Amino acid sequence: MLLKWLNWVWMSEASASTLPLQASEVARSWDQLYFFLVWLSVFFFILVVGGMIYFAVKYRKSVSKTTQYITDNHVIEVVWTVIPAILLMVIFGWGYAVYVKMTQAPTDSYEVRVIGKQWLWQFQYDDGRTTINELYVPVNKPVKLIMTSEDVIHSFFIPNFRVKQDVVPQMYSSVWFQATIPGKHQVFCTEYCGGSHSQMLAKVIVLDDQQWLSWRMGRKIDLNTLPTAGVGDDALAAAVKKQDEAKAAASGAGKSGVQLTGLAAEGKALMQAKGCIACHSFDGAQMTGPTLKGVFEHEVELVDGKKVVADENYLRESIENPNAKVVKGFNPVMPTFKGLISETEMNAVIAYIKTLKE
Amino acid sequence: MSSISHAAPGSNYLNNETGVWSWLKTLDHKRIGVMYLFTILFFFFVGGLFALAIRLELMNPGRNFMDAATYNKVFTYHGAIMVFLVIIPSIPAALGNFVLPMMLGAKDVAFPRLNLMSYYVYILGAVVALSSLFLHGVDTGWTFYTPYSIRASTGTIMVVLGAFIAGFSSILTGLNFIVTTHKLRAPGLTWSRLPLFCWALYATSIIQVLATPVLAITLLLLIAERVLKIGIFDPALGGDAVLFQHFFWFYSHPAVYIMILPGLGVISEVIPVFSRKPIFGYRAIAYSSFGIALIAFIVWGHHLFVSGQSEMANFIFSLLTMFVAVPTGIKVFSWVATMYRGSIRFNVPMLYALGFLELFTIGGLTGVFLATLSIDVHLTDTYFVIAHFHYVMVGGTLMAMTGGIHYWYPKMTGRMYSEKSALWSFILILIGFNVTFFPQFILGAQGMPRRYWYYLPEYTTLNQISTVGSWFLLAGFVWVAIYLWRGLTVGEKAPANPWEALTLEWQSPSPPPLENFEETPTVTSWPYEYRSEGQQA
Repeated sequence: MLLKWLNWVWMSEASASTLPLQASEVARSWDQLYFFLVWLSVFFFILVVGGMIYFAVKYRKSVSKTTQYITDNHVIEVVWTVIPAILLMVIFGWGYAVYVKMTQAPTDSYEVRVIGKQWLWQFQYDDGRTTINELYVPVNKPVKLIMTSEDVIHSFFIPNFRVKQDVVPQMYSSVWFQATIPGKHQVFCTEYCGGSHSQMLAKVIVLDDQQWLSWRMGRKIDLNTLPTAGVGDDALAAAVKKQDEAKAAASGAGKSGVQLTGLAAEGKALMQAKGCIACHSFDGAQMTGPTLKGVFEHEVELVDGKKVVADENYLRESIENPNAKVVKGFNPVMPTFKGLISETEMNAVIAYIKTLKE
Repeated sequence: MSSISHAAPGSNYLNNETGVWSWLKTLDHKRIGVMYLFTILFFFFVGGLFALAIRLELMNPGRNFMDAATYNKVFTYHGAIMVFLVIIPSIPAALGNFVLPMMLGAKDVAFPRLNLMSYYVYILGAVVALSSLFLHGVDTGWTFYTPYSIRASTGTIMVVLGAFIAGFSSILTGLNFIVTTHKLRAPGLTWSRLPLFCWALYATSIIQVLATPVLAITLLLLIAERVLKIGIFDPALGGDAVLFQHFFWFYSHPAVYIMILPGLGVISEVIPVFSRKPIFGYRAIAYSSFGIALIAFIVWGHHLFVSGQSEMANFIFSLLTMFVAVPTGIKVFSWVATMYRGSIRFNVPMLYALGFLELFTIGGLTGVFLATLSIDVHLTDTYFVIAHFHYVMVGGTLMAMTGGIHYWYPKMTGRMYSEKSALWSFILILIGFNVTFFPQFILGAQGMPRRYWYYLPEYTTLNQISTVGSWFLLAGFVWVAIYLWRGLTVGEKAPANPWEALTLEWQSPSPPPLENFEETPTVTSWPYEYRSEGQQA
């Protein structure tokens, strides 16, 4: 009875809602320890602050006229030294045990190479494929990521799996997980890396056996059909859409009537998927990189003072070799997409940029 | 300095000389303490404005009123100003400078000129650091992690140089306090009769003297790397990026205790005075300060649990970090036990001490979460960490400092402040603090990373609560500033010992004369000899 009640309090829905979705093997062990610490802290908080309030009320000056001269009490001092010390050792041991689970990847783990760069995540698979900001993995199988950075330190954090590992230049670090719930899981960069750090986002796409087979066979996965999983799913897309709609409504019906179709629509989706939107806006706002609004066939001034017209070839060059012609007022920080974008994708992206007229 | 100056009736340290120049070249520890106090409060105001800007920008996901590049600079300046220019010098340089020599029954610190020099070194550090604002600003975060900081704007060099210079001020103050405590105690003031505030400052000074040089070396290496292109921390030049984190935290973790230990000292003074009881476990509290200072040097690696350092290192640092909680727990339990069977008065300093206990307990307990290896993996670099250290640094140090200002205000100014205003502003601050920072624990547990200009929409509600809380904090602190300022002119004249405290500073008139005491006091008992009337020793 008591145990049942304790268990209810410990791992109840209400408590669980203060954590992200529990979507990996390790997450379950992590949550148990976390809630143990939460309730232990509640106990000590009540002991200290409750004791303080009780004494403050009971021994207030108007009631308690005389005091007792007490300077110390060795028994109680030993008690409040030794008991916390023992508890802390238990917490340490438990914490370490979960940590071992977290860091010892099974030898049969499926390996994916991860490269972090300002400000996107690139994933390389054993079959030679590369994806950006979308990591495809199978459900219920251990996956090990072998990670490095091309520039500064980043950190790969998947809240739903309770794992995080820094990604350091000129060094390999690794992290592993076994996802238990198919769907899209949020990835954050958690080591500050400059300008668009907070937009260096990715998704782990956890596929069920059927989907995994078709991904391995090189088929495209329709992300819209995937279930959503906890933090960061479609809330983001929904919010962006809502903002866009609000803006469109504000700027008059004429513009909002433009419907994207075919190639341009595909290009817009690609620019979101490949992380372009972390630095480039479509609406005229200047972020880490220049806005794409109205850029096509307009003259842009470069850092060296030269002027060029942003035609198809300029756009293409700026995607494949971004530092060749940097726009004045911006820093040469964009990574190259050479080899990361196919000819058909390039066509789609440029087709979309063309639609962004002033 | 002659015997004539303090023979004049009514002459005190504030009116024995007048004019700006008499302040700027003063060697009086009290005046230097007051100058530090005003300067630190000024920077607290500046750092606070940056904090309000951060919270305002986080009111909604996406852009509110500044872009990501500006936001990154704002949180960098908030952190750097609050850490290097406010919290580190706060209690030692301002309150410690004023109070320590008086508590020891001394006329001044051991090296008054060095004391004044430390103030100007601090000002120079601040000016150099803030000059970066005119060099495109700095967006590295106050931790200056490499290799990002090597590639960031040139202003970074100025902030790093400023922190380097301000570090010397910290070393000089620490050195001064150590020598003063050893050499200038009044007759009869043995070590076992030393007030706990002095013990805390002594432990702090040791850390300042031993740890700060490591920061200085690290920051110089960083500048050398940037200017001379020597590969130390930048992998592109053959350096090791994580090495910087080891060096940086080898100082900055002990520095956390530089920030909190003096606050613990203030609380150890206030609670017995207003409970009318001896402090419980005097020795345990005094020694636990040294326990904390010692452990402080061997736990830096707990900032690097996910950095890629070895699992063995993680094992050891997690284990060692657990031991910080033991002496900290001893202090907290002893303070609560001090109130047992007391006769408690709720004057403003005591309110701040009680508020401190609430906030510091939460700060300490959540520290155990972060010391636990696997738990830290998920929580590190999220808002959980932000909440934890604000509970310790603001809820701990700043509450203690504000309490300390209210405690020694009558001594420093010779006036009293409005207790009614103080009560209401205290309530505002306490509520505002919890509303601002408690939601950040949940945000962090839910995964929201720190230093994020853009956050996911599901984090909106808690961020908005936090932002609203920051306005309560603003209102509370502005109110404090107003009534303390008004108290200077309209406050009642303060008696020499308004709280009936037993430490030596209260035996001198308020405000004290130039050389603190009309004659050097002699000490015959420890400073916590609080008894009910008629009780015998």
